[in-house]
Amino acid sequence: MFKIAYYPGCSGQGTSLEYDSSTRAVCKALDVELVDIPDWSCCGSTPAHTVNHVLSAALSARNLAQVEVMGMDKVTTPCPSCLTNLRTAAHKMEDPGFRTKANALLDVPCNGNVDAQSVLQVLTEHVDLELIKSKVVKPLTGIKIACYYGCIMNRPPELMRFDHHENPMAMDNLMTALGAEVVPFALKVECCGASYGIPRNDIVTRLSGKLLDAGRDVGADAFVTACPLCQMNLDLRQGQINHALHEKFKIPVFYYTQLLGYALGLDRAVLGFEKLCVDPRLALGKIKQPAQAR
Amino acid sequence: MRIGVFICHCGSNIAGTVDCPSVAATALTYPDVVFATDTMYACSEPGQDAIIQAIKDKNLDGVVVASCTPRMHEPTFRRTVERAGLNRYMFEMANIREHVSWIGKSKDLNTGKAAELVRMAVEKLRRDKPLIPKRFETVKRVLVIGGGVAGIQAALDCADGGQEVIMVEREQTIGGKMAKLDKTFPTVDCSSCVLGPKMVDIAQHPNITLYACSEIEAVGGYVGNFQITIRKKATYVNWKDCTGCGLCVEKCPSRKFPDKFNENLCNAPSINIPFPQAIPKKAAINAESCIMLTKGKCGLCAKVCPVKCIDFEQKDELINVDVGAIVVATGYDLFDWHKYPQYGEGRYPDVITSMQYERLLSASGPTGGHVKRPSDGKEPKNVVFIQCVGSRDKSVDRPYCSGFCCMYTAKQAILTKDHIPDSQSYIFYMDIRSPGKGYDEFTRRATEEYGAQYVRGRVAMIYPKGDKLIVRGADTLAGTQVEVPADLVVLAVGAESAKGAVQLGEKLRVAPDQYGFFVESHPKLKPVETNTAGVFLAGACQGPKDIPASVGQGSAAAAKVLGLLSKKELESDPAVSRVNPARCVGCGKCIQTCPFGAIKAIEDRFGNPKAEVIDTVCQGCGICTVTCPQGAIQLEHFTDNQILAEVNALCPPKMFANYE
Ligand code: SF4
Ligand code: SF4
Repeated sequence: MFKIAYYPGCSGQGTSLEYDSSTRAVCKALDVELVDIPDWSCCGSTPAHTVNHVLSAALSARNLAQVEVMGMDKVTTPCPSCLTNLRTAAHKMEDPGFRTKANALLDVPCNGNVDAQSVLQVLTEHVDLELIKSKVVKPLTGIKIACYYGCIMNRPPELMRFDHHENPMAMDNLMTALGAEVVPFALKVECCGASYGIPRNDIVTRLSGKLLDAGRDVGADAFVTACPLCQMNLDLRQGQINHALHEKFKIPVFYYTQLLGYALGLDRAVLGFEKLCVDPRLALGKIKQPAQAR
Repeated sequence: MRIGVFICHCGSNIAGTVDCPSVAATALTYPDVVFATDTMYACSEPGQDAIIQAIKDKNLDGVVVASCTPRMHEPTFRRTVERAGLNRYMFEMANIREHVSWIGKSKDLNTGKAAELVRMAVEKLRRDKPLIPKRFETVKRVLVIGGGVAGIQAALDCADGGQEVIMVEREQTIGGKMAKLDKTFPTVDCSSCVLGPKMVDIAQHPNITLYACSEIEAVGGYVGNFQITIRKKATYVNWKDCTGCGLCVEKCPSRKFPDKFNENLCNAPSINIPFPQAIPKKAAINAESCIMLTKGKCGLCAKVCPVKCIDFEQKDELINVDVGAIVVATGYDLFDWHKYPQYGEGRYPDVITSMQYERLLSASGPTGGHVKRPSDGKEPKNVVFIQCVGSRDKSVDRPYCSGFCCMYTAKQAILTKDHIPDSQSYIFYMDIRSPGKGYDEFTRRATEEYGAQYVRGRVAMIYPKGDKLIVRGADTLAGTQVEVPADLVVLAVGAESAKGAVQLGEKLRVAPDQYGFFVESHPKLKPVETNTAGVFLAGACQGPKDIPASVGQGSAAAAKVLGLLSKKELESDPAVSRVNPARCVGCGKCIQTCPFGAIKAIEDRFGNPKAEVIDTVCQGCGICTVTCPQGAIQLEHFTDNQILAEVNALCPPKMFANYE
C-alpha cells in the first residue's frame, strides 16, 4: 500500500465534490492510502499570488508545514491549481531569505522539504497500469474520449516536472487502459479561460467553445478533465457557450476519476455523475455492457 | 652576448601612456644589453631598416622589440633579423601595447611594467639558441572530403591548377544539398542545371578520382604528407562494370524503404540510382531492405543486369592514399524539427520541412513537380511557412541564425504562386535577413509581385481541424493573435552541423565549435585555414552558408592548397619538443598525453624503452613537457630554464633579493 498526505483543496469541498469523492474512492480501490492533512487551509487559489508573493507562498507553506508535522514528505492533491501553488511555494521556500519572510507569517515554520504531486501523477507513477487493467470490471469499450489536461497541469515544465508539457499522455494512457477509445485531441493543454468566467465571460466562452468544437471535430463522446476549473468552464458553462456562439454542444465533461471509478465498478453514489450539468447518460450509454451483465 | 632593445611608440598607441625613452634607458642597464633605443613605428620600413643597421653597427647577437602582440608582428621581425644575418630565433618580443598601454591609464605604472616585460624578454633571449628548421617534400595530391557544391568547386579549382584530387563522398552521389533543390535564389534558376555540368566535370576531369559511398577511416601524417585511409562501403554492385542503365531499378520488387534523396516523401527500390543526373551514375543496393541480403532470396536484379555486375558478396574496401593537403567540405544537416512538440512532433502529415517542399516543387521529385500535400494528395491553396524553426532559438540550443532560410522561404513562396496561381502564402517570420546581392529586392518581390503575406511573430501551435491545419501565432506588429487555416505547413528548418562532423574533426585534428561547426584559424583573416597546417575548410561545415558563399569558400580553399603545394619543399617549425635520452626513463606518460600523437616509443641500443618526438607532427604545444616526471622532454625555444629565467626576472627569488 502506498501512503501519501492528501490535500483536497477548497473546490473539493464545494464545486467539485464529485471529484473529491471519486478520487478518494479510486485511490482506495487501487491501494493508495490518502491521509488528510489536519486543519488544512486554502492555498490562496488564483488571486493571492497576484497580490503578494510572500503571503501567497505562506498560505501554501502552512499546508506543507502541516505535512512535515505529520512526518511525511509527499502530498497529493487532485486540483492542478492547488498543485501549482504548493509546488511554487515549496520552490520559493528553497531560498533562505524568502523562507525567513514567509515563515514569519506562520505558527509552525515550513522547511519546504515536501514534494507535491497531482493525484494523476501518483496514479501514473506509483500504481502499475497493468494492475489497474486487471481491476477493471466494466471496460469503457465503445466510448470515444477527448482527454483535456488544461494549461497548468504540466506547465511550466521546469516546475511541474510531470509528463510532457505540450503533449501529455498520462490520462490518454489511463483511459486506453480502461478500454476507452481516446481520440487525437490536439488542444489538450490549451487554456479554457480559467477564472475569467466572471469578469470576462466572453473570453471563457470563446476559449472553452474552441475546445468543445475541436473535441466534437474529432468525434469525442465525452471529455475527461483533471481540473475543477476546466470542468466547470466546459460543463457548467456549456449553456453559456452555446448561447454566445450559437452552438448546440452537448458533450459531457467527466473527471477522469469518475470514469476510472466506473470502470473499476465502484459504487455509483461516490462517483457523483448526477452532479454533472450536461447529462452524461447518452455518453455512458455508448459503453458496451459486458456480456454476462446483460 | 650582445643584445639590442627597441621600444616602439606605435604612434600614440603606446607612447600615449608609456614613457618609451625612459623604458629604453632602463633597458640599457640590463645584463648583456649593449644598445637600446625608442622608435616611432618599429614595423615600418625605416623602423626595420634601423634594426638591421643596429645589428650590423653594434655587432648584435640578439634583438628584443617591445611593441604590439607577437601574433601581429613576430613573423615580421623574425624576417628582419634574418635579413641582418641573425638566426630568426634570436629574437624576442615584449607586448607593451595589449598588455600595457591599452589596459593601464597611469603613465608611471605603465612605464614600470613595460620595463619589467622588457627585462623578461632580455632574460629569455640570453638563453635562446639558434634553431634550424628541417625541410621536407610535399605530396602533390589533394583530398577533398565532401562532394557538395563547396567541395566540387574546391576540387575543380585544384584540379585545374594541376593538382591530383581525391574526392570522398559518403552518399551515393555528389551534389550535396544543392542537388536536391528545385530553384535557387535570387535568380530562380534551376539548381541542377547550374550544378549538373560541374558534377559532370568532376566525373570527367583527368585529375580527379571520385570515391562515392565512402568515408574517411583514418588520417595520419602532417602537412604535405598526410596518409589517408578511405573506407569504400559495399554497394553490392561492381561499379567498374555498371553502366547505370537502370534495368535493375525497374525490376526490384522491394520498395518499402523511404527514399532518402526525396526526403522520405516516397519509397525507393532496394537497388537504386538516386536521381537521373547522379554522379557517379551507378546503382547501389540498400542492405537494410534488399530481400536477397536480408532473407536470402530474390536476386532479380542480378538476373536482369545485362553486364552482370551485381555482387551480393561484396565487402567494404580500405584504400590508402597519400596527400599533401586536405579540404574539408562536409556541409551541414537540417535541424530535426521534431524537437518542437507544438508543431506536432510529426503527428500531422501535412506539416513538412522546407527540403521536403523543395522535392515537391522539383520536376524530378516524387510528384513530378506538382505540389500535392502528403495526407491526401490534394493541391494546397493556403500554404503557411514558418521561419526560424531551429534557428535563433535558445530553447532548442540553436541560438544562431542559419542565414539562408529567409531567402529560401521567399523563393518557395514565389514558386508556390507559380505552381498554384490561386494559392496564398503566409510567412511567419522574426525579421527578414537578406543582405546578399539582389537578396532584399527578391524578398520584396515575394510580397509585392507574388502577394505573399508576411506575419511577424512566432507560431505557438499547429493543430488539425477537419482537413485543415490551424496555425496559431502572434502578429507582433499588429499586437494580436492570428489563426490561419492552412492546407500545408512548411517549416523553414535551420542548419546544424553535419552528423559525424565531430568524429571526423577528431581524425583531422580540427576543433568543432560548441555546435559542431569547424573552427577556422581566424574569423576574419584566415577564414578557410584551420589550426592544423594543411587542412582547409570550405562551405557550410564552418557555419551555415548559402550557395554563393560556399562556392566562394571552395575557391578560396583551393587557392590556399595551390599556394601550399606550389612550394617544392616545406619547412617544419623547429620549436618542437626534444627528448633527452639520458634522462628519459621510458615511462610513456608523454606518449599518452600528446594530443597530436607526435611521440612514439623506441628502444635505445641497449633495449631500454625511450620516447622520441616526431618533429613534423609535433605542434609545439608543450603539454608533454609539463607531464614528464623526469623533465626529460623539453620544448625548444621554451625550455624550463628559459621560462624560469622570465619568471625570475619578474619576481626575483628571495635569495637573489637578499644578495642584491
Ligand atoms: S536482390 Fe535486393 S536489390 Fe536486387 S532486386 Fe532483389 S531486393 Fe532488389
Ligand atoms: S535566415 Fe532568416 S529565417 Fe533563417 S534563421 Fe535567420 S532570420 Fe530566421
